[in-house]
Amino acid sequence: MLHQPAHKAGSVERLEAEPVNAARQRRPLYEKRRKIFPKRAEGRFRRFKWLVMLVTLSIYYLTPWIRWDRGAHAPDQAVLIDLGARRFYFFFIEIWPQEFFFVAGLLVMAGFGLFLVTSAVGRAWCGYACPQTVWVDLFLVIERFIEGDRNARMRLDAGPWTLDKIRKRVAKHSIWLVIGVVTGGAWIFYFADAPTLLKSFVALQAAPAAYMTVATLTATTYVFGGLMREQVCTYMCPWPRIQAAMLDENSLVVTYKDWRGETRSRHAKKAAAAGEAVGDCVDCNACVAVCPMGIDIRDGQQLECITCALCIDACDGVMDKLGRERGLISYATLSDYAANMALATNGGATAIDTRRVRGANGAFVDGIRHFDWRIIFRPRVLVYFGIWVLVGLGLLYALVSRDRLELNVLHDRNPQYVVESDGSVRNGYMIKLLNMIPEQRRITLTLEGMPSAQMRIAGQGDGRSFLVAIDPDKVTSLKVFVTIPKAKLPEAEQGFSFKAEDPSSHERDVYRANFNQPAAAK
Amino acid sequence: MADEHKHVDEVSGVETTGHEWDGIRELNNPMPRWWLYSFYATIIWAIGYAIAYPSWPMLTEATRGVLGYSSRAEVTAELSDAKAAQAGNVERIASDKIEDIMADPELRQFAISAGASAFKVNCAQCHGSGAAGGKGFPNLNDDEWLWGGKPEEIYQTIAHGIRHAGDGETRVSEMPAFGDMLAPEEIRATAAYVASLTGTPSSPALVEPGKQVFADNCASCHGADAKGSREFGAPNLADAIWLKGEGEQAIIDQMRLPKHGVMPAWLQRIGDPVVKELAIFVHSLGGGE
Repeated sequence: MLHQPAHKAGSVERLEAEPVNAARQRRPLYEKRRKIFPKRAEGRFRRFKWLVMLVTLSIYYLTPWIRWDRGAHAPDQAVLIDLGARRFYFFFIEIWPQEFFFVAGLLVMAGFGLFLVTSAVGRAWCGYACPQTVWVDLFLVIERFIEGDRNARMRLDAGPWTLDKIRKRVAKHSIWLVIGVVTGGAWIFYFADAPTLLKSFVALQAAPAAYMTVATLTATTYVFGGLMREQVCTYMCPWPRIQAAMLDENSLVVTYKDWRGETRSRHAKKAAAAGEAVGDCVDCNACVAVCPMGIDIRDGQQLECITCALCIDACDGVMDKLGRERGLISYATLSDYAANMALATNGGATAIDTRRVRGANGAFVDGIRHFDWRIIFRPRVLVYFGIWVLVGLGLLYALVSRDRLELNVLHDRNPQYVVESDGSVRNGYMIKLLNMIPEQRRITLTLEGMPSAQMRIAGQGDGRSFLVAIDPDKVTSLKVFVTIPKAKLPEAEQGFSFKAEDPSSHERDVYRANFNQPAAAK
Repeated sequence: MADEHKHVDEVSGVETTGHEWDGIRELNNPMPRWWLYSFYATIIWAIGYAIAYPSWPMLTEATRGVLGYSSRAEVTAELSDAKAAQAGNVERIASDKIEDIMADPELRQFAISAGASAFKVNCAQCHGSGAAGGKGFPNLNDDEWLWGGKPEEIYQTIAHGIRHAGDGETRVSEMPAFGDMLAPEEIRATAAYVASLTGTPSSPALVEPGKQVFADNCASCHGADAKGSREFGAPNLADAIWLKGEGEQAIIDQMRLPKHGVMPAWLQRIGDPVVKELAIFVHSLGGGE
């Protein structure tokens, strides 16, 4: 079947392409996977996808190599997840572990962003930006470069193992593996200083975790992108299942317009001359041949469809050749589609008759509904957008207003208090001063409240305020004792506060503390 | 699979396995191939694992595995790594004087941490995990020291113990049993006087005679002002801290039949560096001098 020469349909080449999932011929479940050989598509969506691929891959591969000067006390890598030191650097932002909610917030935004995009334009994520799609695209570029386009690849695949076939296959899989290694390699650079890690990695002196990560990601990239491809989307990914809840009848999805394409005919002119109702579809199979999922979009909405829109490009090319309007396959909403179908079938009473949708002059009749961009701004989309914006603004506010000086206090619990020989009562506190900027600072630690209480820091004597040097980008721990004279013990009831303040920037943090005393003294 | 007699389910159009239970048939849906391969991979992994690592239980022990791995050996290796990492600090603590160790903030912090851990193992049984002591066992957090609160003095006490038989340098003192030497009224009067130093005695009339008895019998060790003497390990009786219990009855009990705490000498048991670490830790608790 695969080796039959292509027929001609008018000036359009007819391709032999069978969808992998056609309902009209149910295949046994134990049948092996049918390999898909996507033909190269050309058109505006393909160009847009090249652009997305270039941008996303550039971001992924190059980001770790961007430098960002933070002074002597912090790394100069713009984006760095320093697991060892528990720090996350993103250009001018530095995140400590307790600020991880920023990352959680970004994930929430990513989630709602996905809902937003899906409800507006369908599975755009799947079709354009998903790493699976992007890397499969990249792997296909390699495959086409070495083995040729669809027909050549199918011939090669079906042909015997000649020296040429072995050479091509070895070359293809080697390049895929190299891409896999580079992909895994780029990943680890996010977790350590990239130039240093590259040197030690090449010199075989990097940590075992680095090699294991690269090996794992090489394997997943190679297996998912090169070998499994569409099976990842169809069988492994939960997103195609979830998306059903995100889409509604007003979401833009890649749609074959039966109402204008049917009855499809390979001999349109002859049929039209015979007075039959002939649609625009010439059944050239171009849409099936370019589909990376191997499906036939003319069968309607399908779980397998990732809405990459390459069938739109293919069909538009054919329509251009035939001198008909583009958009036989296009992004459309199901409500428009249903309305037009009702028109073409007279409310479902008859088969599709294109004479109902086209006037005598060949133009569409007035009743045909075309996509109206205002439908994008419907409540569902606006609600998603609103939540997305709210989370974003919340994060932005948290980022702008966050403190870079923090005071944590651990009140000693064992013993809870100590009675000194003069009857005064002492409490111990472990004070942790978080200096979250990569600069040395001097801050004042002050005791507020309990006017008779004295504070003592080892080596600094007694007082109610101390100047403390804190290290850049570190937690400085101080053991502090607070003592109240016996006669003033009732003051302990009031409690007190520790106040840490940077005298130069007036940044401050206050911790409200309790003071324990023997029950008898109360 | 091309068995013509295979029954095909009418609703789903899927062939069945041929098994039937009261009219219920099992659809023959295959496992996803990737799932199947993953399953096979785990089987292969399990075989490799069973060969490489200890796995099969035998009569007396499990198979050892060709890699010779054992979790106990791993712990031992980690412990010796940790010891090696600490070696530099431990050596300096062994060779330096306590005051030099305390002058170096980093080394002092290391000693405090090491001392805290040694304290939990060796000292917490009597002094409590927070070093707060109890009746008869001194609180090490406060500022009263029977035998001195400087780091060197604390070191001496820990190293050689208190009333520890068999250590020539141990701290020794003994309070006489005044129950045999003084009349009960005299003891009561003395207790009233001692109580009056920091509070209100039960009978103010007893204070004056008690003061005389104290001067005659107690001041030689506890001092004329009752503030104690570290030379004898005699506690300060004019402060808020009572080792053997607070109140006149506790004072009377201790006078009549004194209890004497015993603390072991630790130098031989745990070695000089650990005693130093303990001394620095105890000194850091807040009462150190």
